[in-house]
Amino acid sequence: MTATDRAPTGEPRLEDLLRDLAPQVLGTLVRRHGDFDACEDALQEALLAAVDQWPRQGVPRNPKGWLVTVATRRMIEMWRSESARRHREEVAVLAVQPTSAAPTERDSLTLFILCCHPSLSPVSQVALTLRAVGGLTTAEIARALLVPEATMGQRISRAKQTITAAGARFELPPPAELPSRIATVERVLYLIFNEGYVASSGPSLLRVDLSNEAIRLTRQLRAQLPDDTEAAGLLALMLLTDARRQARTGPDGTLVPLAEQDRSLWDADRIAEGGALLTTALTREPIGPYQLQAAIAAVHDEAARAEDTDWTQILGLYGLLETIAPGPMVTLNRIVASAMVNGPQIGLQQLDDAEADHALAVHHRAIAVRAHLLEIAGDREAAERAYRLAARRTLSVPERRYLESRAARA
Amino acid sequence: MKYLLLIYHNPGTRQIWEAFSAVQQAEGLAAYAALNEELAASGELIVSEALAEPQLARRVSVQDGRTVSSDGPFAEVKEHLAGIYLVECDSMERAVEIAARIPEATVAQIEVRPVMTYSGLEM
Repeated sequence: MTATDRAPTGEPRLEDLLRDLAPQVLGTLVRRHGDFDACEDALQEALLAAVDQWPRQGVPRNPKGWLVTVATRRMIEMWRSESARRHREEVAVLAVQPTSAAPTERDSLTLFILCCHPSLSPVSQVALTLRAVGGLTTAEIARALLVPEATMGQRISRAKQTITAAGARFELPPPAELPSRIATVERVLYLIFNEGYVASSGPSLLRVDLSNEAIRLTRQLRAQLPDDTEAAGLLALMLLTDARRQARTGPDGTLVPLAEQDRSLWDADRIAEGGALLTTALTREPIGPYQLQAAIAAVHDEAARAEDTDWTQILGLYGLLETIAPGPMVTLNRIVASAMVNGPQIGLQQLDDAEADHALAVHHRAIAVRAHLLEIAGDREAAERAYRLAARRTLSVPERRYLESRAARA
Repeated sequence: MKYLLLIYHNPGTRQIWEAFSAVQQAEGLAAYAALNEELAASGELIVSEALAEPQLARRVSVQDGRTVSSDGPFAEVKEHLAGIYLVECDSMERAVEIAARIPEATVAQIEVRPVMTYSGLEM
């Protein structure tokens, strides 16, 4: 954990301490008692008790032990009231199957994999990961993801029921399944990171910073998987992208394109850390899509001025990415790079070809790229029309404002 | 992504519903309950509401700082909004799949509208 993931105060805040402890405490509880659902509820209550009591009484000498004790007491209370209601105390206690007594170093990875269980939809995987691994409260997750708290509460409790019904246990899947399960965890973390990639200001002050949260969780995942080159690549990608955060939006919240960003605002520590991670990851096989995207972000971050960008290298990297992980957005980005190397006319020609092949023609990003290339080629009238059309087609409020401002300028 | 599913009725929709046998109506309601249960379980449902008859609506506007409201019925309306679902799911394809599960889809129109987001990508 580096200082930049934290609030700008010197000492780690109480929430940070609690969030770091949350998955460890949950691992201990589930090992001891089984019943992931009940343990997770009890942990939430223990975290809320800590937020209430620690500021007044001071942080206990053994904070993790305190949380385990309070959560365990809470679980016993829940079982008692449950069994009193159902008149079957013994059955309820017997239904709990501890996996093994001692917590292991793999608990955190096991928890990640459990929360990203394939029986869950991506929205539920995101919610459960933020709560059970991230230690966020339901209210914080609801605010961060812009849904009502009641909806989020239900989403989380149903997600826990779903994985229990699917027969999930608190143990690592068989080795043959492990790579695909880890890939799902990485995809969920990247989703969380992108959710936090917001350009709006104001209400965001009250919201948990999801990009920082994703970086924090990806650090945890990488610590569990030191040999996984894609976990390193994903962390590098997040750091190298997040480094541009301060420069990415103007004072009024509008998006500032890469070419016009004030590069002195870029976070040099993030760039150095991401770059070092990536350099190590790239020396080992296999090379995956996160590493390649991180490499592209690194090439951008290395350029002191936009005109110094090594577009030839970026074009080569997009070519590789298109081979191992093809998709319409990769094709579009490759075309932009190609236009920067070979000129806008070549880019426009490639865009025509790509639109004939893919269902790209109606996508606002394809229209925005066309607008950009037309602008570089000097066809202002056509550029303005394309910017306006792209602005009408986008699903993002900040992107619409940006595209409208480009249209007005073209 | 969030999607708003708008269930539009036309004058014929209610007649079709009323012509259904008690068994058919019960099947329709059970299909609704099953859909709501499934969407709650998958975490995709944010809210679903049925709207009262359009005759009970009021139309509101502000003119020169004064609030003006008028009562229904509004005779010119050929179709009216009868209910909504707000769901959060992966793609438009999935939202369309959910829309097709709404029982009225066989007798009325469901419109699927993407909700704008506040996240945006660097360009």
